[in-house]
Amino acid sequence: MLLLALVLGACVMFFPFLWSASTSVSPGVGLSATPHLIPEQPTWSAYAELFRATPFARVIANSVGLAVATTAIQLVTSSLAAYVFARMPFPGRQVVFGVYLATMMIPMQVLLVPLFVQMRQLGLVDSYLGVLLPTMASAFGVFLLRQAMSSVPTELDQAARIDGAGHVTILTRIILPNVGPSLATLSVFSFMSSWNAFLWPLVILRSPQLKTLPLALAGLQGQYTTRWDVMMAGSIISILPMLAIYIFAQKYVIQGVANTGIK
Amino acid sequence: MGIRSASPSRRSAMPAGPHPQRRRRRATSAKARYALTVLAFLAPSAVPLAYFTIYPMFSALWVSFHQWNLLSPMRWVGLDNYVMLLHDPTTQRAFVNTLTYIVGYLPLVYIGGLGLALALNAAIPFRNFLRGVYFLPVVTSWIVVALVWRWLLNPSVGIVNYVLSLVGITGPGWWTDPAWAMPSIIIASAWKDLGFVMVILLAGLQAIPADLYEAAHLDGAGWWGRLRHVTLPMLSPSTFFVVVISLINGFQVFDQVYAMTGGGPAGASTVVVQRVYDMTFRYAQAGAASALSWMLFLVILAITVVQLVGQRKWVNYA
Repeated sequence: MLLLALVLGACVMFFPFLWSASTSVSPGVGLSATPHLIPEQPTWSAYAELFRATPFARVIANSVGLAVATTAIQLVTSSLAAYVFARMPFPGRQVVFGVYLATMMIPMQVLLVPLFVQMRQLGLVDSYLGVLLPTMASAFGVFLLRQAMSSVPTELDQAARIDGAGHVTILTRIILPNVGPSLATLSVFSFMSSWNAFLWPLVILRSPQLKTLPLALAGLQGQYTTRWDVMMAGSIISILPMLAIYIFAQKYVIQGVANTGIK
Repeated sequence: MGIRSASPSRRSAMPAGPHPQRRRRRATSAKARYALTVLAFLAPSAVPLAYFTIYPMFSALWVSFHQWNLLSPMRWVGLDNYVMLLHDPTTQRAFVNTLTYIVGYLPLVYIGGLGLALALNAAIPFRNFLRGVYFLPVVTSWIVVALVWRWLLNPSVGIVNYVLSLVGITGPGWWTDPAWAMPSIIIASAWKDLGFVMVILLAGLQAIPADLYEAAHLDGAGWWGRLRHVTLPMLSPSTFFVVVISLINGFQVFDQVYAMTGGGPAGASTVVVQRVYDMTFRYAQAGAASALSWMLFLVILAITVVQLVGQRKWVNYA
C-alpha cells in the first residue's frame, strides 16, 4: 500500500520530465490541443530548429567550459585553504575561518551593483572571466573539505614529515587521497551551481554567443512564444548532463546534502 | 621544513651553543617560511572572497546612501533611498509577494518532505531508486523548472488543465492570471525542492536511536503517539535547519519568478530581488537598488538571528 503510493508519487514527480521529452519530439505541438504523451510522428525537428536559429552549440560549450573551469578552480582553492584550517595553526586562525564562513551568508543580490561596477572597471563585462572570477573561491567548499581533512589521522602526515615531506607533498600525497568522497561531493556541487547559475550570468553576459544554457533558455521564451517543442528541446538538452552526473554520483550528491543538515 | 619547525623547543632547552646568532636566524627563517606557506595557501581563496564578496558587500552599503545611475558621479542623499523604499507601493508589494511565496511554499515542502522521509525510511523495496527519483528535480536548474511548469500549467493546452477538464473542472489561467501567478510559482518551486527537504529529514530520522521507539512502543504509544512524542521532537534540529534555509532562500527567490512570470501579470508576482534587478538595470537607480538589497539582507539576518535565539524553546539537541 505504502509502496504503491510511493511509486505513484514517483511517477507524478517524474512526469514533468517525461512530458517535456515527449513535447520536444512533437513538432507543431500546443497550438490547438493538448498533445498526446506518445507522439504520433516523433521527429527531431525542434532540436534542429534550436541549433539553426540560435548559437546553441556554442551555448552548450560555454556552459560546459565555465562549469569545468569553476569546478577545477574551486577544488584547488578550497583544498589549499582547507589544509591550512585543518593542519597549519597560526594565531587568529579561528577568526579567519569565521570570516570565511560568514561570507556564505552574503546573498548574491547585495553584490549585484558593486560587482557589476568592479567588472566594468576591469573591462570584464560580457566576458567569460567576468562570470568566472566571483566564483573562484567557495566558502562552502573550504568548510566541507576542512571537516573531512580534520578527520584524517595526523599520524599519517607526521610520518611523512619525518621523511622530509613539505606541506605541498603532505597535502597532495597524504591528505587529498584520504578525502576522495568529499572532493567528489564538492565537484558535483561546484559543477551544478555553475551549470544552473542564473542571476550573475544574466547581469554580466550580453552577447548571444557568450550566453550559458539557463540564459539561452530564458531567452527562448521571448523568441518562441508558442513553440513549446523548441523550448522543451532546450530544457531536455540542459537537463541531460546533470542527469548523467546525478546517476553517476547520486551517492555523493545525496550524502553532501544530508551532511549540510547534520552540522 | 617539518623537522626544523618541530625542533626549536628541544633546542631552546639546550644550553647556549657556539652560534646562537645563526640558530636564531634559522628559526626565524623557518617561521617566515611557515607564514609564507600559510599565506600562499590561503591567498587563492582569500583574495577572491575579499575582493568579490566582502568588499562589494560594504561598497553596496556605501552606494545605498547615494543617488546614482551607474554613469554620472554619485550624489550623497543620506537615508533618502531607505525612506523612499519604505513608502514605495511597488516595493511594499514586492515584500508582500515574497512573503506570500514563503507562506505558501514552506508548509508544502515541509509536510511533503516529511511524509516522503517517513515513508522512505521504512524498509521497502526499491528504496534507493525511489529516493533518487524524488530527488531528481533538485539537480535541475530553476530556469528549466520554470519553462517545464509554464508548459504543464499552460491555461489552454497544458496537461494539468486537460486532466482537470476530464473530471469536470475548468482549470484556472495559472501564470497568465494575476490571482494564480504566485500559486503557479509555488507549485513549481515545491516540486523542485521536495527532494532536498526529504534528504535533510531522512538524515535526521536515521540519527534517532531505535530504543526510543521501543520504549514508546512499550508505553503503548501508537503510530501517532510515536510521531508526536518521539519522531518530531527528535527531528527538531533537522526541521530547524530546513526552516532556516528555506526562509533564507525564500526571501531571495528570483530565478523561477523571472523565467515563469517575469514578475507579472501586472506586478502580481514581483518579488524583492526582481525589484532590485529592475531598479538597477531597467530604471538605472543603483543607489535605491543597493538600499533595497541591504534592507532585504537585514531582514534575512534579523529573522535568522531570531530563529537562532528562539530555537532553544523548541529544538532538542540530544
